[in-house]
Amino acid sequence: MIELQNVTIIAGKFFLKQLSLKVAAGEYAVLMGQTGHGKTTILESICGLRNVTAGKILIRDQNVTDFLPGDREIGYVPQDLALFPTMTVQQNLEFGLKLRKWPAAEIASRTLELSGVLNIRTILNRSVKALSGGESQRVALGRALSFRPSVLLLDEPFSALDESTRAEMHELLRTVTKSSDVTTLHITHSTQEAEALANRRFVLKDGLISETIVHSAVV
Amino acid sequence: MGGLSGSFVLLIVLLLAADIMFTSMADFKTALGKPEIQAAFKLTLISCTVAAILSVWVGTPLGYLLSRYKFPGRWLVDTLVDIPIVLPPLVLGLSLLILFHLKIGEWELEAWLREDVGFPVTFRWPAVILAQFSVACAFAVRTMRVTFDQINPRTEDVARTLGCTRCQAFLQVALPQAWRGIIAAGTISWARALGEFGPILVFAGATRMRTEVLSTSVFLELSIGNLDAAVAVSLLMVAMAVVVLLILRVLGTGLTS
Repeated sequence: MIELQNVTIIAGKFFLKQLSLKVAAGEYAVLMGQTGHGKTTILESICGLRNVTAGKILIRDQNVTDFLPGDREIGYVPQDLALFPTMTVQQNLEFGLKLRKWPAAEIASRTLELSGVLNIRTILNRSVKALSGGESQRVALGRALSFRPSVLLLDEPFSALDESTRAEMHELLRTVTKSSDVTTLHITHSTQEAEALANRRFVLKDGLISETIVHSAVV
Repeated sequence: MGGLSGSFVLLIVLLLAADIMFTSMADFKTALGKPEIQAAFKLTLISCTVAAILSVWVGTPLGYLLSRYKFPGRWLVDTLVDIPIVLPPLVLGLSLLILFHLKIGEWELEAWLREDVGFPVTFRWPAVILAQFSVACAFAVRTMRVTFDQINPRTEDVARTLGCTRCQAFLQVALPQAWRGIIAAGTISWARALGEFGPILVFAGATRMRTEVLSTSVFLELSIGNLDAAVAVSLLMVAMAVVVLLILRVLGTGLTS
């Protein structure tokens, strides 16, 4: 579950005031709105990468407003994916698990499981610099889901993909989010993407989350 | 335009050619066989290497700080870091000398280092390293800042969501991406330290077999009218600089991750 309660974010001259939204556990929600209106800022605040001036952020009913990003148990896929370029696919997948000091056997088994689901088993030893757009998306998704977070935040991860790869990724996302029972908040500009994936839609307009539509559940 | 650029390249070539034509292999061997020059060569290699390592050690975190964080007084730190680059070298040496001999009441830094710590600095080899470091570090900070500016900060953000502290994100994610920049910073610092003369002369002196480095050798040989030896040492320094520049070129200037 993700909940923002009257959150105010001030970043220089830019500000968002009294934002509230709630995504129920296991739901797939999309956040839409024009470029530059603060969608990424909201996601960064939920992740803990940006401080909020007022209000509360709740994850699984727990107030995480003052938590460090790593303590929030959130998987995050930014727009540019930000894969670790000096590492291989496998090292990217294992990174969060090693930080959490998972036993080696469990790391190996989780990596094997994820690479199977995401269909990247054959490229595990490849440098991430040598990946195609679709492969990079899969690795970024795998890295975000590796430590089994309860919340997944996606910041327009498919904007640079061609239509067929995007459709493939939508299908994959549906499968993965359903099987891992993760609560997802996904920023997108695409109405098609919203319709294909989400069962809740938020629209950010003029600094306010002005519209909440409960969508027909697809997931 | 092309002619103007070409004339500069020609000037460099002519300068080097003139140095080579001025000296013979016999003069070169004689000059480099002198124990004073050999000692200067040894001290140069050691001091430049230590100054470069210290510069990278200090310059990497400082460059990262200036690249990634906005904090009160950042502009001031940014400006201060550049001062050794724009300051006349003699003034920097003089400032170091004054700093170490300034009396605050009865206390003096050099006297404290000499008597209480047992590590005198002024007019000794540590002064050579400190003088070289003072200038070289500014170049290391600049190089590292540019390096980190070119690295996507989002990778560190993602690392933090995966469980890294800020320090771990720097060490495990940003630093490995900056390795070319680190080598570039080290090489530039080393080359800068090699060419340092003014601050060393003022702060460390030019005592043969003690604080003499190659740049001071050129000065000392010239001052006693031994032009052949001065040119031979100059050529040796040119050769060392060329090696450093070649390393930089091989690494593709080192400023991209």
